[in-house]
Amino acid sequence: MTNALLDQTLAAARAENRAALIGYLPAGFPSVAGAVPTVQALIDGGADVVEIGLPHSDPVLDGPTIQTADDIALRGGVRTKDVLETIRTITAANPTVPVLCMTYWNPVDHYGQARFAADLAAAGGAGCILPDLPVEEADEWLAAAAEHGLATVFVVAPSSRDERLATITAKGTGFVYAAAVMGVTGTRTQVGELAEDLVARTRATTELPVCVGLGVSDAVQAAEVAAFADGVIVGSAFVQRMLDAASEEAGHAAVRELAAELAQGVRKR
Amino acid sequence: MSDVTSVPDARGYFGAYGGRFIPEALVAAVEQVADEYEKAKADPAFAAELNALLKDYTGRPSPLTDVRRFSAEAGGARILLKREDLNHTGSHKINNVLGQALLTRRMGKNRLIAETGAGQHGVATATAAALFGMECTIYMGEVDTRRQALNVARMRMLGAEVVPVTSGSRTLKDAINEAFRDWVANVDSTHYLFGTVAGPHPFPMMVRDFHRVIGQEARAQVLDRTGKLPDAVVACVGGGSNAMGVFYDFIPDAGVRLIGIEAAGEGVETPRHAATLTKGDPGVLHGSRTYVLQDEDGQTIESHSISAGLDYPGVGPEHSFLKDTGRAEYRPCTDADAMNALRLLSRTEGIIPAIESSHALAGALELGRELGPDAVILVNLSGRGDKDMHTAAEYFGLLDTDNASDSDNASGGAK
Repeated sequence: MTNALLDQTLAAARAENRAALIGYLPAGFPSVAGAVPTVQALIDGGADVVEIGLPHSDPVLDGPTIQTADDIALRGGVRTKDVLETIRTITAANPTVPVLCMTYWNPVDHYGQARFAADLAAAGGAGCILPDLPVEEADEWLAAAAEHGLATVFVVAPSSRDERLATITAKGTGFVYAAAVMGVTGTRTQVGELAEDLVARTRATTELPVCVGLGVSDAVQAAEVAAFADGVIVGSAFVQRMLDAASEEAGHAAVRELAAELAQGVRKR
Repeated sequence: MSDVTSVPDARGYFGAYGGRFIPEALVAAVEQVADEYEKAKADPAFAAELNALLKDYTGRPSPLTDVRRFSAEAGGARILLKREDLNHTGSHKINNVLGQALLTRRMGKNRLIAETGAGQHGVATATAAALFGMECTIYMGEVDTRRQALNVARMRMLGAEVVPVTSGSRTLKDAINEAFRDWVANVDSTHYLFGTVAGPHPFPMMVRDFHRVIGQEARAQVLDRTGKLPDAVVACVGGGSNAMGVFYDFIPDAGVRLIGIEAAGEGVETPRHAATLTKGDPGVLHGSRTYVLQDEDGQTIESHSISAGLDYPGVGPEHSFLKDTGRAEYRPCTDADAMNALRLLSRTEGIIPAIESSHALAGALELGRELGPDAVILVNLSGRGDKDMHTAAEYFGLLDTDNASDSDNASGGAK
């Protein structure tokens, strides 16, 4: 089972001969209420797909930028129910934009896998990205996600061997998240040659769209990645715009502007 | 219920606990560690080299010491200390480090990274890196770099880079997070020399196996000394490596109670403790399913202990399994009780224990009073207390005020 809106959105981008722009922001950042206009700025700027992060106390896969945002969100009191409410508000206002939840595993495990799938679907969510849940541990979640029409996006890495890529892509739905570089989230001056090779090896195992994340921060990099990927995933650069802004309004303008630049980039393949 | 001696299974599960909850970027590296460890176990040359190092470099077997004056304070029960404090580098940590360092060389890697709380694992890792000519980076919570400053100096003297970690609670949990981030970025050249029986499979099993020598030696030594098995084996539990090491060979001995002592900090009735098995519930932290101190949303709660080495909101998955099966018991011990045990052993036996190990000593004092004078209690004295003299001096007010510029609130006695 997959998610129809997500599939249609990525297929539409492919039909336009371009990559999709997938933007990430954590819920609860810069505040529980303030996350909604921030994500809206991302969508208004031109993001095709949105990932809402569930802030975590131990974000081992994130670099300093998203760690800082998670820390702000948790100190601001964000709860799992607030994350779901943020998704509900965003999807209600933007019914054509697929919204995924990106989360470390323990909050879902603790909430209850079936309950989380049901509540995410009820909030209008399109699916989950679960970067520390390996496919070997995912059967119960996959059944719950399928029951509720949610996509489950798995991450592949340059270190993934070919036979393992096939195992992962066989279980995933929606798209495959190709982690472009070996490392944590954060912007980089070079996105890396590893990405193109990884996308090619992943494509050999699946018909699913392959989207690339980790490191993209500007239109030039977005265009480079769009040349070989179905989607370009950007997170830390948006978070950094908010952290650098003098006010939330200025931050929203900066997020919108960056999203618009990147949306141009993904159309220049 | 799984048999308590045949765990973990092929997927790394000890009953409901363990497994491998890791990002895809680390899967290949963790599988390589698992494969190489299986090959090494089957290779007599690996065992021979490790055993030679344990004997000639570490100084094994470590002695078993009768502590009669200390025992008098424990209801007269006979307390025997397994002297891991006398190992080279001053704690049990070296057993696992030498095993994993040999494994690192077999994997063709030349850089070691590690987390450390009290600094004992960091010192042991830095020592092995020096011995094997490897690069070494140690991640240590910034809070811990201050309370264990002597060990920071030791690691740097040995040539390691020590990185103070300023994220989160700035203690052991956050040092592990930072080490994972380093590993993800540098996995081709680097082995993460994990220091306890937690983390993704195979680490809980492998680290236990490398420490199993503690219990193997101790079991034979106690039999030889007393003519029987001990009534109880007591060890402190943070992540739980010294406890698994001393417990493991006693697991089939149904008559031997296995008792892990957790850090209760200011008390398990307060929010300031690190008693994961007493107060936590099952979740996923640092790569495995295990008991975790967490809130109702599955966010990790910061732990607190005067002992940097026990100040951890998780615990090794095999301890979670031993708790649920009832084969082992876990009890909390406060900072105050641990510090009093530290002073008591120092003054009755001339042995200054690590604050971590002092929790086990305090547990043994309580247990001895329960069991009475016929009981024999084996305590794993996992480390020595030199590193803790700054904390102890502040706690007990041991320094003359002129020399104690940063301990002006120490006025003698417990604070």
